[in-house]
Amino acid sequence: MTQTTTPVIKIHKLWSVFHNAGHASVIHQDLDLSVKAGEFLSIVGGSGSGKTVLLRQILGLETPERGRVTVLGRPAAEMGAEGAASRVGMLFQHGALFSAFTVLENIAFALRELKTLPQTLIRDAAMVKLQMVGLDPSQAHKMPADLSGGMVKRVALARALVMDPPLLLLDEPTAGLDPDSADAFCALLRSLHRELGLTVLMVTHDLDTLFELSTRIAVVADKHIVVSGTASEVLASAHPFVRDFFQGARGRRAAALLQATVLEV
Amino acid sequence: MLEKSPHIALQLSPQGGRVLLSGCWTAARLAEPQSWSLIESTLAECAASGQKPLTWDLRKLQKLDHTGAHLLWNAWGRQWPQNLLLLEAQRPMLERVAHYAIKAPPPARKTLWQVFLLLGERLLVLLDHLKYLTRLTGQLLLDSIKLAGRPSQGPWRDVSGHLYHVGATALPITALVGFLIGVVLAYLMSQQLRQFGADAFIVNILGIALIRELGPVLAAILIAGRSGSAITAQIGVMRVTEELDAMRVMGIAKGYRLVLPRAIAMAVAMPLLTVWTTLAALLGGMLASDLAMGVTPAYFFEALPKAVQVSNLALAVGKSVVFGLLIAVIGCHYGLRVKPNTESLGQGTTASVVTSITMVILVDALFAVVFKNIGI
Repeated sequence: MTQTTTPVIKIHKLWSVFHNAGHASVIHQDLDLSVKAGEFLSIVGGSGSGKTVLLRQILGLETPERGRVTVLGRPAAEMGAEGAASRVGMLFQHGALFSAFTVLENIAFALRELKTLPQTLIRDAAMVKLQMVGLDPSQAHKMPADLSGGMVKRVALARALVMDPPLLLLDEPTAGLDPDSADAFCALLRSLHRELGLTVLMVTHDLDTLFELSTRIAVVADKHIVVSGTASEVLASAHPFVRDFFQGARGRRAAALLQATVLEV
Repeated sequence: MLEKSPHIALQLSPQGGRVLLSGCWTAARLAEPQSWSLIESTLAECAASGQKPLTWDLRKLQKLDHTGAHLLWNAWGRQWPQNLLLLEAQRPMLERVAHYAIKAPPPARKTLWQVFLLLGERLLVLLDHLKYLTRLTGQLLLDSIKLAGRPSQGPWRDVSGHLYHVGATALPITALVGFLIGVVLAYLMSQQLRQFGADAFIVNILGIALIRELGPVLAAILIAGRSGSAITAQIGVMRVTEELDAMRVMGIAKGYRLVLPRAIAMAVAMPLLTVWTTLAALLGGMLASDLAMGVTPAYFFEALPKAVQVSNLALAVGKSVVFGLLIAVIGCHYGLRVKPNTESLGQGTTASVVTSITMVILVDALFAVVFKNIGI
């Protein structure tokens, strides 16, 4: 394992600027972030602080104004090149399943596009992923339009993981799920992170998810990362945004849960 | 560490064979054509080697992912081989695959009876289309009456927006196509007419053909392709993004807000575009006749009113209003029937354009038959 020393994602002096009708608004200013292999890093921040923009820049879907984004040792701009599915998996907020394909075809898509592997092996491998994310084999031939929100997320996760990429990006994985589904999905993410040795970068608003899954939390505020560390380190921060975000009523409840789980362990 | 291509080597000996695996057994690397052909043939060889127990040595593998593990699992006949040498780190991957490996359930096959039922379903879909189309037209009529009762509360902003998109932005393309058709027609006719020495009749032929038939139909076909598809796509995307549902729960009638403005805009823009296209075509025809046959524009201007009765123009304008309404209603109809997926959106747009062009030509033929005594 040579990758433990070099970070999986390295963001250096990143500037994001949105140009809107001649008016420029700066979203990120000299933002630095690095994600080590095997980490489960969560990015939190207020609405409009550019968390999703950050994810999109890591994926190479958007180009930053200034600065460097390196993913798995290569510039992020090259992420969309051929074979990207084997380097990084992305779970989009609304799943982004191909609506014209069945569940199985959605999961198998990246494998099928390799054009070499036999259909039987592709189907077998897709069925393994389908079950790994906790779906019943009988769901394989359903269309995305017939799935519930939780199932859409699971299928999207299976699709993101089909080539076993070392890096997984999650955009609001539990948004739009009921508490039971959200808990189940969290448990799934945690077990996959542990079993597959994935590096995960997650953007979330959900404090329960945040404390339950993250090994490290990075807070985006004032156009850069104001604090990053374990849950307790972040909670101890005196930054006003961090205080408001975590010490609000919802934050205290989630933190109390965190305390309880820590005591149990 | 360099990541090597996946490799497999089979060493057969009297005591039993040995299969040596090395490199990266990951989906992306396995799919490299040169590696895959070797692996496929060697695995087939292993399977064909028969009863002799093989020793599978996985210890040289750099990487193994689920696809690679499944490939091995399938090669082992979906059971653990007797002799297996592997690293502890590789075991969980194989165990997971062993645990989850099942055959994909076959997609539901259609029985003969279901195929038969499908036939009836097709017919029902056709009837359904007719029903909804009738309902949409009726609703449009009711909405027009409502609008006539309170014209100040009409969706006039929408109407003007659509008028601009359907009408004004279509001016260049319709003019260009009309002009060229006029030129082509004049050149073709000039060859024929010269044989009979009937050069002067070019004005009659161009006048009647362009004003009465080609102008309206040409404009309608262009607009059906251009704006009919846009209407279907706009409304279809609104269905996909649940905007139609949002309008419904706010109690805003989609017929009044979506269909009516488009129908009005089309009914107004279509005759204007027809006149515009016809003018461009006549201009093209006039220039071409001057060049090809020496029929001067002055003569053209003089002879045209005598050759073509005004009723032809009225017929053309009347026809194009109907064409415009047809295109709008068919576009909206298919847009409203789009299901929330990309495939349905594509199908709806195609169906909308094909149907509206077919209907335009059909209705045009109908007009030709009904008004055969007028203007000629």
